[in-house]
Amino acid sequence: MASDHVWIVGASMTRFARHDSLDALDLAAEAALAALADAGTAMSDMDILAAGSLFHAGAGLGQQLQKQIGQTGIPVYNVANACATGATALRTVHMSILAGESGLGLAVGVEKTSGMGLLGAAARPVGAKKEFVPAGRDGHVMPTEGILGSQTMPSVFAQAGMAYLHANPQASVEHFYKISEKNHAHSELNPLAQYRKRFSLEEIKAAPMISYPNTSLMCSANTDGAAAVVLCSSARLATLPLAVQKRAVKIAASVLTSDPYVPGGQVLPDVSTCTRNAAAAAYERAGIGPEDLDLVELHDCFATAELLHYDNLMLCEPGGAADFLDSGAPWRDGRLPVNVSGGLQSKGHPIGATGIANVYEVATHLRGEAGDRQIDGARVGLTHVIGLGSSAAVHILQK
Amino acid sequence: MPAQVPVVDYLVLEPEPRLKAVACSGCGADFLTRRNACASCGGADFADKSLATEGSVVAFTIVHRAAPGVAVPFVSAIVRLDDGPIVPGNLIGVDPTPEDVALGMGVRLTTFVAGTDDNGVEAVAYAFAPRG
Repeated sequence: MASDHVWIVGASMTRFARHDSLDALDLAAEAALAALADAGTAMSDMDILAAGSLFHAGAGLGQQLQKQIGQTGIPVYNVANACATGATALRTVHMSILAGESGLGLAVGVEKTSGMGLLGAAARPVGAKKEFVPAGRDGHVMPTEGILGSQTMPSVFAQAGMAYLHANPQASVEHFYKISEKNHAHSELNPLAQYRKRFSLEEIKAAPMISYPNTSLMCSANTDGAAAVVLCSSARLATLPLAVQKRAVKIAASVLTSDPYVPGGQVLPDVSTCTRNAAAAAYERAGIGPEDLDLVELHDCFATAELLHYDNLMLCEPGGAADFLDSGAPWRDGRLPVNVSGGLQSKGHPIGATGIANVYEVATHLRGEAGDRQIDGARVGLTHVIGLGSSAAVHILQK
Repeated sequence: MPAQVPVVDYLVLEPEPRLKAVACSGCGADFLTRRNACASCGGADFADKSLATEGSVVAFTIVHRAAPGVAVPFVSAIVRLDDGPIVPGNLIGVDPTPEDVALGMGVRLTTFVAGTDDNGVEAVAYAFAPRG
């Protein structure tokens, strides 16, 4: 029987950190078992498993995970969708429950990116005989990184932020620094964040430059970690213990989009239209507007990205992201706290886990269980991730 | 003069260096790389289109950290050409500092030799320099 709604009954994340002694399976198992326990369930209760990991999905992470925590023969989906991987895994389970195929399901996301350095930066081959032969869809005869611009992640998102400044002259690079000041300050209260240190604006500006205006303190932190959620149909929820029902969080909307054609979008990746479309669809589906939100976890992979998404998620008036930030609204004591977890810049960005970890964060606030960083009285929250290339996922959660 | 090849096939060297796009005959959408069909309208008929050699900077970044073998710092820019298409490229002829690069600044296409292979063939790349 198709379910009218899907509920989060279990949620967990590992500490995001450099976990040299744990492999991806260890981290995925830790998060999965904790989410199952949080829901008062076991692997034997699950009807579906979706396992998200950009770098491990191709190796059958989900089945490998089952071989550690329970081989029950259920369908497994190995999911990779750039930085939207975790959210896409969650949505895979969500769709199965909405369709009536599953009553209870587990979504887990994991990555180990510590020490990977710059993502999107191919090293120049050395030593081989050099002969110019056209290759690839652009017919390049040599690697073009650094010759025809830059495709590293810090560069791509720096350019996206600068394009926003070009279109909205009231915003300036100072706003990007302020975003990192806020998110690092927020991280002090999150025991699961990789870095928990507040930095002054001056320290943020003076940090090593990666791709102007993004200094190292304005880039998401490579890290290791996993996150997991147990999702449940309305019918199945009614059969679970009252204590589990009381802590259940409703998924009021789950939306995934890709980037529609826009002129130039294949040169300067368009992370805005897909986000805007996902947000509009999610607000409509949930019957909830941005004015109803109590907190937001959005994809601040770089400081230059967060400013755009205030606008794209309609948290401010069109073009008003700078004013929204200047008003103090996205600080944890402001009108609409954004990234109280510390965001990807300080909490860390283990790619496959990110889109589930932000759901864990919001669900934990809605349950009133966020400890020192609790946003008091939070009832409605929104999560957002972007996978470059591009995808946007938006979830609206409601207690 | 040594033999020369363009660093990418959307750069045309003769008679004067220009960029070319493949433009959809149906809707006019233009793309820099070879196509299977049009991402905008689904059409399958395309024609080469020669692009303007001047434009303005709509976004840039100054890259200080790159992969081994890539010289830094350099300015990576996104340029809107005067006839509309958006293209990537390095910005040269400026100091790689925020003070010397501005959003909206006018630029023109230029070329430089980016490398020579073991057969003595030169790869010619394009870049943008301040207009005027």
